[in-house]
Amino acid sequence: MADQAVFSDLAMEYMPALYTAALRMTRNAADAEDLVQETYLKAYRAFASFESGTNLKAWLYRILTNTYINTYRAKKRRPEIADVEDVEDLYLYRHLSGDQAPGMGRSAEDEALERFTDTDVKAAIEALPDTFRMAVLLADVEGFSYKEIAEITEVPIGTVMSRIHRGRKALQKALVDRGRTRGLVGATDEAR
Amino acid sequence: MAGFVGCDETIERLYVYLDGELTEQRRIEITRHLDMCGPCVGAYGFESELRRVIANRCKDHVPESLIARIAEALRNEHSRQSN
Repeated sequence: MADQAVFSDLAMEYMPALYTAALRMTRNAADAEDLVQETYLKAYRAFASFESGTNLKAWLYRILTNTYINTYRAKKRRPEIADVEDVEDLYLYRHLSGDQAPGMGRSAEDEALERFTDTDVKAAIEALPDTFRMAVLLADVEGFSYKEIAEITEVPIGTVMSRIHRGRKALQKALVDRGRTRGLVGATDEAR
Repeated sequence: MAGFVGCDETIERLYVYLDGELTEQRRIEITRHLDMCGPCVGAYGFESELRRVIANRCKDHVPESLIARIAEALRNEHSRQSN
């Protein structure tokens, strides 16, 4: 039987990470709080089935992800496509380089990147379609491996890689679009 | 044996390289290319910086009320199960 003290000792430290993921997925604080609470309750009830010594954080993320899909995603009927056909590799880097040769102004591009705020990055992530948003969050924000993401989202590794790849391209495009409206990226291809 | 790879292949595999998910041989090939190619190492530096920025800009403070609410929900669940 699940032991509440053991569960709390082990699981509570992941709340900031789970809350951040929940906020990006639901896009609002009230739903995010409900989602995290539901995740902890489900995890507590299922804790007896958790194999000690295995990856507790990934296990909690799987519960969070499934709960989100079953409870919140049904509300929204967004098509799951990330239109990134026209987004080339290094899209953001090249846009921040302006008309300099890529690689020549390395620190200038890093500086330009620093001007993107928390709000910019969060909004760009939240603009991604669900499956791609989830893949990018798990890979780039939480640093899970492809194998862990495959286990969390219950899809094959090839699908995970494709989602991460397309999700990152879509994220770079969202950052460029947002950077344009904020004047961080040149409106055309000219230098800042 | 590790062969030579060009800029196109390096850029194409850059993210998987950064993810630490390439095979050992591919990883060595890309590292060797980055060691001698300025433009590619510039792109590599930017993409790893971008990843750091994305992770760091995505932190949120957990409301104290949520921590309390979850602790209480777990306590209630515990007493419900014990009865």
